[in-house]
Amino acid sequence: MKKVAVVGVGETKFSGPQTKTEVELFAEAATEAIAESNLKAKDIKALFIGNALGDIEEGQGMVASYAAENLGCHYAPANRYEGACASASMAVRDAFMWVASGYYDIVIAGGVERAATMGTGLATRTFAMFSDARYEYPSGVTFPAVFAMLTHLYADTYKIPLQKLREQMAKVTIQSYKHGAINPKAQFFGKNADMSVEKVLGSFVVCTPLTLHDCCPFSDGAAAVVLASEEVAKKLTKKPVYITGIGQASNGPLGNQNDYLPRIRARELSSEQAYKMAGIKPQDVDLCELHDCFSIASLIAAESLGFFDYGKAGEAWEKGEADIGGKVAINPSGGLKAKGHPIGATGAGQVYEVARQLRGEVEPGRQVPDAKIGLTDTLGGDGGTLVNMILERGW
Amino acid sequence: MEQKLYFAQYNEALKQNKLLGLKCQQCNTITTPPKMACRQCGSPDMEVVELKTDGKIRTFTTVFVGAEGRESEVPYILVIVELEEGPWIMGNLEGVEPKSVTMELIGKKVKMGNKIFAGDTYSAGESARPIFTLAG
Repeated sequence: MKKVAVVGVGETKFSGPQTKTEVELFAEAATEAIAESNLKAKDIKALFIGNALGDIEEGQGMVASYAAENLGCHYAPANRYEGACASASMAVRDAFMWVASGYYDIVIAGGVERAATMGTGLATRTFAMFSDARYEYPSGVTFPAVFAMLTHLYADTYKIPLQKLREQMAKVTIQSYKHGAINPKAQFFGKNADMSVEKVLGSFVVCTPLTLHDCCPFSDGAAAVVLASEEVAKKLTKKPVYITGIGQASNGPLGNQNDYLPRIRARELSSEQAYKMAGIKPQDVDLCELHDCFSIASLIAAESLGFFDYGKAGEAWEKGEADIGGKVAINPSGGLKAKGHPIGATGAGQVYEVARQLRGEVEPGRQVPDAKIGLTDTLGGDGGTLVNMILERGW
Repeated sequence: MEQKLYFAQYNEALKQNKLLGLKCQQCNTITTPPKMACRQCGSPDMEVVELKTDGKIRTFTTVFVGAEGRESEVPYILVIVELEEGPWIMGNLEGVEPKSVTMELIGKKVKMGNKIFAGDTYSAGESARPIFTLAG
């Protein structure tokens, strides 16, 4: 198996509703990534594009082919990936495997979404399509409702008073807003830096106990990364970022995960695969972009990834152990919570952030000092698809 | 290979307040809602059984923001109930004021009825859904 490097990355600003089409958004991110790689579109052998809901957002299916043609990758094979919020990470992982196998030497992977364009009602309906349509949606499950139920289950399982847990969750939100406020690509750039526990707890209730500020926004945006074999990467860049570990696992409806909940078993298996492949342990990770679609999701993720003991992640956030300068810097981009969550692009956005962190290129106020190893964590549905990737400096 | 119990039969039974499941002939695990293979060991060697509908609430939420087409239903209570025979199923809790529920709900015993979700543009037709009420 060949070593595979990220040689260039690109990303649009993540935002609320805007007027660029999905094809235009993806082309913008991809062209930036190709240019950064010192390549041209014609050098790209194949495209791997995450897109969860384009059919409904724009009435556009098969977005991958249109995107390939649009950005000048004429006649290149172009695949669409759908794994809800983990779509782009699935695309990057598969792109990795094609390059690792030696079949392709240069590919592009990423994703695009216009979730914000749908508006709250339709976005809430379509996101609920990633719960079980026959056995869960009839009861009126929504995505916030899944994580709201996990919050109550978490409080009950670990015997944490709900008010205490909600205050810990507010700390997650505040940390994410702090970093997102100085990330120019973030949806909440320049916003929410003065958030307080009281404001989080006192904002509009979406699903008890989650308030508006416990939830990530609906977002439009795209991200793309160019992957190349080691041999090619060395010719293209002095700072190749190697993907050294990958993992993916799946699961069924939320209720069927009952042996482990509030832990997400698919995440434990996925991250174990990635750690084993890279030959590292959780304590070796300098920064982690994890799937904080809701504040409680950060606690659940950080525990399953092995950073903190079960039931203890909230304390870690309170002590700053999950921030820059702590045990592991979690979501220095602002995460889904503040950077935004264009679901089909989110995983590629995480790779974009980790690559730039390892290269030491982000804004000084949110740069993880001397970061050498980064982890991405992306969750699709209510634990239905989990993807993890480990990236390391190649210089 | 035919599945032993399909959605359609499960749904028809639920409309009669009967909860059907599958008992694995290899490991005895009860699987519901229906699947091709046992949720525990993956064997397709399962037989249809009628389950007890008694259970207890494991978690809940009151939903204030509904999906498109269901805005008029809010606020409503979603629950996940652990059935006496093991599986967890999702449903609604009725007979309690949605804005008043607290963590005290967890562990409470419930009994099951049903209502029909008529479906929408994206659903392939209707589905019955479990409606729970507090027991006793």
